[in-house]
Amino acid sequence: MRSPSVHLRGLVPWLMPIAVIVGWEIASRSGWLSSRILPEPFAVATAAWNLLKSGELVNDVAISTGRALAGLAIGGSLGLALGLLTGTFKTAETLLDTTLQMVRNVPPLALIPLVILWFGIDESAKLFLVAIGVFFPIYLNTYHGIKSVDADLVEMARSYGLTGWPLYREVILPGALPSILVGLRFSLGLMWVLLIVAETISAQSGIGYMTMNAREFLQTDVVLVGVLLYALLGKLADLIARALERHFLRWNPAYQGAPA
Amino acid sequence: MQRDWIMPPATGLGVCLDGLGKRFGERTVLDNIDLDVRPGEFVAIVGRSGCGKSTLLRLLAGLETPSAGDVRLDGAPLAARRDDVRIMFQEARLLPWRTVLQNVQLGLDSNAGATRAREALAQVGLADRADDWPALLSGGQRQRVALARALVHRPRLLLLDEPLGALDALTRIEMQRLIESVWRELRFTAVLVTHDVAEAVALADRVLLVEEGRVTLDEPVALARPRAHASPAFAELEGRVLSRVLNEPARDDDVNARLAA
Repeated sequence: MRSPSVHLRGLVPWLMPIAVIVGWEIASRSGWLSSRILPEPFAVATAAWNLLKSGELVNDVAISTGRALAGLAIGGSLGLALGLLTGTFKTAETLLDTTLQMVRNVPPLALIPLVILWFGIDESAKLFLVAIGVFFPIYLNTYHGIKSVDADLVEMARSYGLTGWPLYREVILPGALPSILVGLRFSLGLMWVLLIVAETISAQSGIGYMTMNAREFLQTDVVLVGVLLYALLGKLADLIARALERHFLRWNPAYQGAPA
Repeated sequence: MQRDWIMPPATGLGVCLDGLGKRFGERTVLDNIDLDVRPGEFVAIVGRSGCGKSTLLRLLAGLETPSAGDVRLDGAPLAARRDDVRIMFQEARLLPWRTVLQNVQLGLDSNAGATRAREALAQVGLADRADDWPALLSGGQRQRVALARALVHRPRLLLLDEPLGALDALTRIEMQRLIESVWRELRFTAVLVTHDVAEAVALADRVLLVEEGRVTLDEPVALARPRAHASPAFAELEGRVLSRVLNEPARDDDVNARLAA
């Protein structure tokens, strides 16, 4: 359906990755690159195919994705709820914001020793790490979004008789949404980073377990499958976040929205 | 419900300001203002920027609370008549995430609201833009949507805070005609704040000048409607008010003599 020029333009971003893979394959075949350091792309593809056939791959991806999403759900909803609270109510802001801003400066990964002491090395430790990592981007952006809602619009809506929940639903939430979605995008990136670290420390399943296990048996091809999977899942998360932005912010010309 | 939209009764609110004053900290913005506006009257308030005219309008809208005196609408305190008062701001203040129709429906019940909102949009000539986002409209169209949003509540007092200030000359004249025609049709009381004396003389039954927080001129405009900007009587009145606004000393006594007469 699309014109050839549109097709070509769609291909341009992929030229670089394809060139890298082709160059890598040539380097491996000609022996410049030892398979101990970096196996040839074909071997990686074969490893991926074998893992897929055995069902290991699907199982590990499903488990990792489940962990990531559970952590996001816990940390994200807490961040959203607290951000709405401190953004809306002055008392909550005075009471909580300073504390949260202090805790924010602690890198979640610095908590690993504590997390292991508290939760051991089972599922809850991984969920905790992911949840605490995604909490802050969503909290901060929600709080900031609510604070920066156009005061003129709020005044207008009040003069039209809107108060309480209708005012919130019509003006404050939609006004804060662009900022909240920025927070979500940051969180989705952090979510995978934290999960990788958590799964690399200790796990009996998941992509991190798969790669650490492969390392012990010097299966660099499987390690690479894991790395590529993380890249793919990260990209997928980003695509979902963009789709959400395009849907919820379609009124904004910056998101090239068409009228509903 | 539809009947009284098409055939509106004379619904204007009488406005009575009694010793109204407003201070922000040490600064007195409005000082002891007494004013009576008849139901259905169109009053324009002119003055230099910072003279307190916008504050006066915001007090009428209940967006500020008076430091002294009070506002009575048909004898009742402002708070009791809040639903009868609507304000149009200098900027349209449309919600960018709601369609034109949803913006006009703001604050209405969803069922009856859509029909009335469509009627109000038709009244300002934008029925065909109901499903567009506000971002796609021009400045003049946005103000027309804001006018429709105010009209849909059937206000008995419509407050206009320089709503045409940012529009180009042609769109301004179009909007002035539109405001005049809906005012004549719906019979609400209108209070317009403007820095444009010609606009005040074109639209109002009465032009008030606010200077340093006080009403210093209260000039009836006895010209027949619709008013032709080019007529000598119009130009004479506009010139007189303008020179008074500019406080030209040579003509000051002249104007005061006429006022006294």
